[in-house]
Amino acid sequence: MTLNRTMKIAAVVAFLAIVFVVVPAAISSSGRFDLYYTLTSVALLSIASAGVWLTFYIGRINIGQGAYALMGGYVSAILVMNHGWSFWLTLPVAGLFCAAASVLIGLPILRLRGVYFAMVTLVLTEVARLLALALPITNGAKGIVSIPLPGALSIFGLTIIPDFATLQNSRLAFYLLAVTLMVVCFAVMYRLVNSRIGKLCQSLQQNEELASSIGVNIAYLRVIAYAVSSFFGGVSGAIFAAISQSIYPSSFTVTDSVNFMLNCFLGGLGYVFGPMLGTLVLYFGWDLLFQTGRFQLLIYSGLMIVLMLVLPNGLLSLAEMTRKKG
Amino acid sequence: MAEMLEVSGITKRFGGLVAVNNVSFSVREKEILSVIGPNGAGKSTLFKLISSFLKPTTGEVRLKGERISGLAPHIAARRGVVRTFQETTIFKNMSVRDNVIIAHHLRSTASLFGFFLGTGAAKMDEAAFGQSADEILALLGLTSLANETARNLPHGHLRALGIAIGLATNPSILLLDEPFAGMNHDETMRMVEMVRRLRERGLTILLVEHDMPAVMKISDRLVVLNFGQKIAEGTPSEIQANEKVIEAYLGSEDEAIGL
Repeated sequence: MTLNRTMKIAAVVAFLAIVFVVVPAAISSSGRFDLYYTLTSVALLSIASAGVWLTFYIGRINIGQGAYALMGGYVSAILVMNHGWSFWLTLPVAGLFCAAASVLIGLPILRLRGVYFAMVTLVLTEVARLLALALPITNGAKGIVSIPLPGALSIFGLTIIPDFATLQNSRLAFYLLAVTLMVVCFAVMYRLVNSRIGKLCQSLQQNEELASSIGVNIAYLRVIAYAVSSFFGGVSGAIFAAISQSIYPSSFTVTDSVNFMLNCFLGGLGYVFGPMLGTLVLYFGWDLLFQTGRFQLLIYSGLMIVLMLVLPNGLLSLAEMTRKKG
Repeated sequence: MAEMLEVSGITKRFGGLVAVNNVSFSVREKEILSVIGPNGAGKSTLFKLISSFLKPTTGEVRLKGERISGLAPHIAARRGVVRTFQETTIFKNMSVRDNVIIAHHLRSTASLFGFFLGTGAAKMDEAAFGQSADEILALLGLTSLANETARNLPHGHLRALGIAIGLATNPSILLLDEPFAGMNHDETMRMVEMVRRLRERGLTILLVEHDMPAVMKISDRLVVLNFGQKIAEGTPSEIQANEKVIEAYLGSEDEAIGL
């Protein structure tokens, strides 16, 4: 037990050291500053994927996270551009806005199960895109551009985060922001899953009828999980808008929604850290295959099919298998 | 004995079909009452009406005077009416012990957020649930299987686990849906013993069942349904002698084919 605990703490410390010290050091010594952008994307996508993973955990296939990422991006962009809000304030507001929207959307659709829920969520992303095209406030297909970089964040006159525009290396700043949020997000997820709430979510996943017969308010719990999921989607979308300093209706499409889901599948639906690993592997895997030119998509999808056949429980099930053998 | 559960004039229509037609009866405290009837008599529908899995078309069910029909299942459970399932309905990918622990949900004093933060109340809940789960497992003879994944259990133990889950909610009345279905003689006798032990612990039990010998052995009183209507009510010996019941079960084909 204590050994297990020490191992866990060591793993967390090692992970934090890698993302906050080793990676920035390696990048600055190699001069590959473009990797910051890649890794920032991975961190943000893994936050959105973590949300999707949570809906899987209550037994729902969610192919609609792109809708909330888009919504979060627009909420943040509009508040910054039209109302002069600080980016730092729009970040939680974008998340909460998405969570509130997901409660309204979730109440009716979370009654659906299996492929029916999946289909409705798939449509959600498309609805979000069309809404962004049609609404006057989102500025149609032209999108919202030239969003200023995040300003300084100070509490009681103490500057905690400097103005990104004054930084020499805003890429590093975004990287640190994204990674910090990712760490927080997965810490929250880990705690959720390993507390009684995780067991309740599993009870929904395994048998909703029985869960309600033992007094679990399944409708309430489903909506809560979906709201947390959408919160993560919104936050991740808001930062994406800030990094690219723009947001368009096509910033998040059905493909993104599908990718969020694939990230979860690839990492493993039974493991909290599955979406993080899945996002990393998928993102870099796709980039590596770039050299294969027009065969990129063919090889990529072929590999995904093979992986799902061979490792239906995701990449992290490999680690468990070797541990059991050893 | 005081009345625990009161079913009054309950009717359920599915389109043109009247599945349960104006049925009334009551269950007394610490009683074992069985609802029997031929296939399609409306037993399962009645069962779902009592546990609020279905809303009645008319009529209502009261527990200690408080209406519990037409609500949601989790609210009926909160008020003390908890059902088990006909099929082997369990959380199949959890351990046996976790199945019972999770079923203590209604006894939790901490909020969801409290469990997330790991507050003192949450820790006390967890400890209490674990202890209570172990007692329930011991009562139902499942202690040796506590750490087994639930889906690996043999049939008889699965049914016991279903009851353990129901018990964990600390119900006033436990509804057992065909607890003896698919069991051989020995298993049935063990289950009869188990149900009696539950009653000795002060539980009121309503069961729906096909298995006649077991029902006659275990029940204090019976309610007989046929085509959605109550045709008889009484002690096992009264029911065994009741003309209408015999006709419902044997049918009148004997006359029809001229025997």
